[in-house]
Amino acid sequence: MLNDSILTLTTFVPTAGAVVVALLPRRGRIIQWFTLVVALVTFGLTLQLPFHYVYGQSGFQFEVDRAWIASPAIRYHLGVDGISLWLVVLTGFLAPLGVLSSWNAIHHRTKEFYFFFLLQQTAMIGVFVSLDMFLYYAFWELTLVPMAIIISMFGRDRGTEAAIKFFVYTFLPSALLLVGIVWLYAKTGTFDFVKLQSILAQDTLSFPPKALFWASLAFLVAFAVKVPVFPLHGWLGDVFSEAPAAMAMVVAGKLGLYSILRFNLGLFPAQARQVAPWMIALAVIGILYGALVALVQSDMKRLVAFSTVSSLSFCILGIFGFAVSGLDGAVYQTLNEGVSVGALLLLLGFMYERYGTYDIGSYGGLAKRMPYLATLFVITSLSLIGLPLLNGFIGEFLILSGTFAGHVAWVCAATAGVILSASYMLWMIQRVFYSDVSKMVTELNVVDMGGREHIALWPMAVLMLVMGVASPIWIRAIDGAVIKLASPATAPTQGMAVGQ
Amino acid sequence: MPVPQAYRILPELWLTITGVLIMLIEPLMPRDMTRKPIGVLALVGVLGALLASIWQLGLPAGTAFYGTVQTDAFSVFFHVLICGIVLVAMLIAFDVFDGSKERPAEYYPLVLFGAVGMCLMSSAVELLLVFISLEISSIATYILAAIRKRSGKSPEAGLKYFLLGSFATAFFLYGIALTFGATGTTNIAEVASSLSQSPVPSFAILAVAMILIGIGFKVSAAPFQVWTPDVYEGAPSPVVALMSTGPKVAAFAVLLRILYGAYPALHAHWLLLIWIMAALSMTVGNLGALRQHNVKRLLAYSSIAHAGYTLVAFTALSNEGVAAAMFYTATYAAMNVGAFAIISHAGGFDDKLLSVADYRGLAYRSPLMGGALAFFLLSLIGIPFTGGFFGKFYVFTAALHSGEVWLAIIGLVNSGVAAYYYLRLLTSIYGKPADDAPVQLVPRLKSSLTIALLLTVSATLILGIFPGRILSMAQAGAATLFNATGSATNPDAMSASTLQQ
Repeated sequence: MLNDSILTLTTFVPTAGAVVVALLPRRGRIIQWFTLVVALVTFGLTLQLPFHYVYGQSGFQFEVDRAWIASPAIRYHLGVDGISLWLVVLTGFLAPLGVLSSWNAIHHRTKEFYFFFLLQQTAMIGVFVSLDMFLYYAFWELTLVPMAIIISMFGRDRGTEAAIKFFVYTFLPSALLLVGIVWLYAKTGTFDFVKLQSILAQDTLSFPPKALFWASLAFLVAFAVKVPVFPLHGWLGDVFSEAPAAMAMVVAGKLGLYSILRFNLGLFPAQARQVAPWMIALAVIGILYGALVALVQSDMKRLVAFSTVSSLSFCILGIFGFAVSGLDGAVYQTLNEGVSVGALLLLLGFMYERYGTYDIGSYGGLAKRMPYLATLFVITSLSLIGLPLLNGFIGEFLILSGTFAGHVAWVCAATAGVILSASYMLWMIQRVFYSDVSKMVTELNVVDMGGREHIALWPMAVLMLVMGVASPIWIRAIDGAVIKLASPATAPTQGMAVGQ
Repeated sequence: MPVPQAYRILPELWLTITGVLIMLIEPLMPRDMTRKPIGVLALVGVLGALLASIWQLGLPAGTAFYGTVQTDAFSVFFHVLICGIVLVAMLIAFDVFDGSKERPAEYYPLVLFGAVGMCLMSSAVELLLVFISLEISSIATYILAAIRKRSGKSPEAGLKYFLLGSFATAFFLYGIALTFGATGTTNIAEVASSLSQSPVPSFAILAVAMILIGIGFKVSAAPFQVWTPDVYEGAPSPVVALMSTGPKVAAFAVLLRILYGAYPALHAHWLLLIWIMAALSMTVGNLGALRQHNVKRLLAYSSIAHAGYTLVAFTALSNEGVAAAMFYTATYAAMNVGAFAIISHAGGFDDKLLSVADYRGLAYRSPLMGGALAFFLLSLIGIPFTGGFFGKFYVFTAALHSGEVWLAIIGLVNSGVAAYYYLRLLTSIYGKPADDAPVQLVPRLKSSLTIALLLTVSATLILGIFPGRILSMAQAGAATLFNATGSATNPDAMSASTLQQ
């Protein structure tokens, strides 16, 4: 039966592929081709999900629920709903493109690279589909390992430090997350997300509100580091500048944002509303701070890192506004972020392969040399800025319009971030592609994008356009899931009021 | 039908006979002949003891030799674990101790006799026998630590270990004497019943404290950990693989037996001491490791921290806690022996690779070795899908269940800090080596070491993915520990009275 094995297959096909990669000979491009096939098969499997998804049906679909470990009661429980559905597909979509873009960029130790690349794939899909808190935590921690090892192996010059920084930054708060999960288990006797959700929703009074608040905070901090939310973004710049493009493009955003939506809003709706004012403030600070810092960067990778902090903060704003359209926009923007920042990092990777630098000052007039790359770069940037007809506009518009009603001042401030994002992106494009041809660009004779690079980038560019004009395809599933997260806004708060 | 007495000590008998045989055969062998057959014989002996221990599971639980030795699920658990450790440690040393002057084949009988002591420690229920078996195991390890005679550091390590170790066992013996004074017996079950019936003399508390000092030294728990880094640094790595795990596991078995078997009535007193030792060990171990550059010293501090994690489970005062402690010793043994297997192969007998920087590029030189070491380090950090994760998980769940929230938080913050120094080694392994780096000279994997790695990697992986079997075995062992001491001290009563305080 397709229904109950599809998620298991999607999750573990990459692992099986990784094991085979470890056994393949290091000859020619066997490993690359094989990994590409595995990634395409995984993508094909993830595509089954939206085709067989029953829209309009609430709850989780494609569920598997088996006993894994008897004591403590840990189950192998997988399932997707409207929030995770497209994130799984996105993960599957980016993998083959990541392989294509690493084709030449990773020229030594290919076996190690693709082994860990595929392992990372399993870990990320596992995070999105796990419905047992314990299983979820296991995948969550597993996402750190391949990333840290790849950064230390393939980092530019400070790889080791960046790897340790990344790992420790996310590992420490994860320890608190584990305390939170175990505490919930001790109180309820289950790790199952669905059961926990109903227990916490029905019987709020038997949990001390203070303890519940601290538990929700432990969850939130662990997730916020991963997003990253200002001021916990310290690791992102280093990881972006050190990690190979194929890995950097999956590290930020979706894992943390998904977890906040799923667990902070799903398990602790009342507590999430308690911290909402703080989170909205941090989000707006993050939007402006990230944009302002991006404005003065001279290294393109660092510029992208800070612009990512800024645009991910939009998602936080949408989430903690608790409006349906804001939540829709937050999930949509998470997907956008995956596609557009991914594309931008790949493009930067192509430039680095040719010129060996990310320094904006060294470039100039590149559009004359590499017209295709310039075109794609501009399309991607416009998508990130939020130009109508491209995907970024839908996400930002939904977030800002959805959140506006409750938080006029904050949203007005956040809108300034949109203008700033246009300034730093367009200014970078102007300096890199359209100013006078620089010395480096004249001296180094390079060719424009090749066939493989076109194959990697055009699907993304097309997707940006499709997501910009046909958003209902995606919103349909998302909407069904986030309505539940937005609606209990009144019930628990009343319960709290009665309780007090 | 009564069980023949010898059946209760069958693994120990088997190990002793093999050891004596080897001592008789070895001098008869020509000087230049390879010592591999002796190694094989020793391996067969350990394997036999392992099977004999499993066979003991079929015996009805009971005592022998005037109530001094007891076989039950608890003793079998530790017997199997110790035999497993010794087996892997011998595989690691298989190509090292070739019978030359510098690498004498006395290694094998010493390890076998040490194993006799360790096994006996886990089945002894008479404090004097515990002491004797502790000494048997310790004397063997003292000599093993000093076995690399030509290097200055190894005899120094041996001497240091010997002096401080004898000092600690003296404390232990003093504790036994005080126990005898307080209760008039040295049989563990009788001590418990005597303490639960009559008012407890105040020096009984002193007796527990003395015993804790003695065992605290053996498991290198803070504040009795000072010897650990020096001894690990000086002793040859194949020996450290054994002495950082085997004697510790056995000492933990003794500690469980004594605290839960003999002194449940005094738990309010020893709980505080264990709490302090656990918190101190975790903190001292991890903070100490942060500053280390020498890999063996780093792992020495890490082993102090892991002793601390194990002690956290002791504070749970429940069946769950004891099972968690037993499970943790098993995972610790698997990953630590595995890590030292690679260290001893890569560094060689003379410790050619010393610092974390020396290991740079090990994964380039040999992806298998680098990958295995990385895997063990991830398990030591406590990453899911490795044994180390479930070990920590069970320990901290047990602690949280019995209300030790602060100890659990101290422990988890510590494990976050610990990630840093393990990662330094891990990222170094995966860094790009220089062309003339010492790591380029690391020899290829030998078949004996490959088997050792296979065993430890699969043990760590199985503990991390399907921990259920081992945990239920640990729970069965924990249950026998609680049943033996009678209903007056059952776990519920203990935790209930703790809560009232």
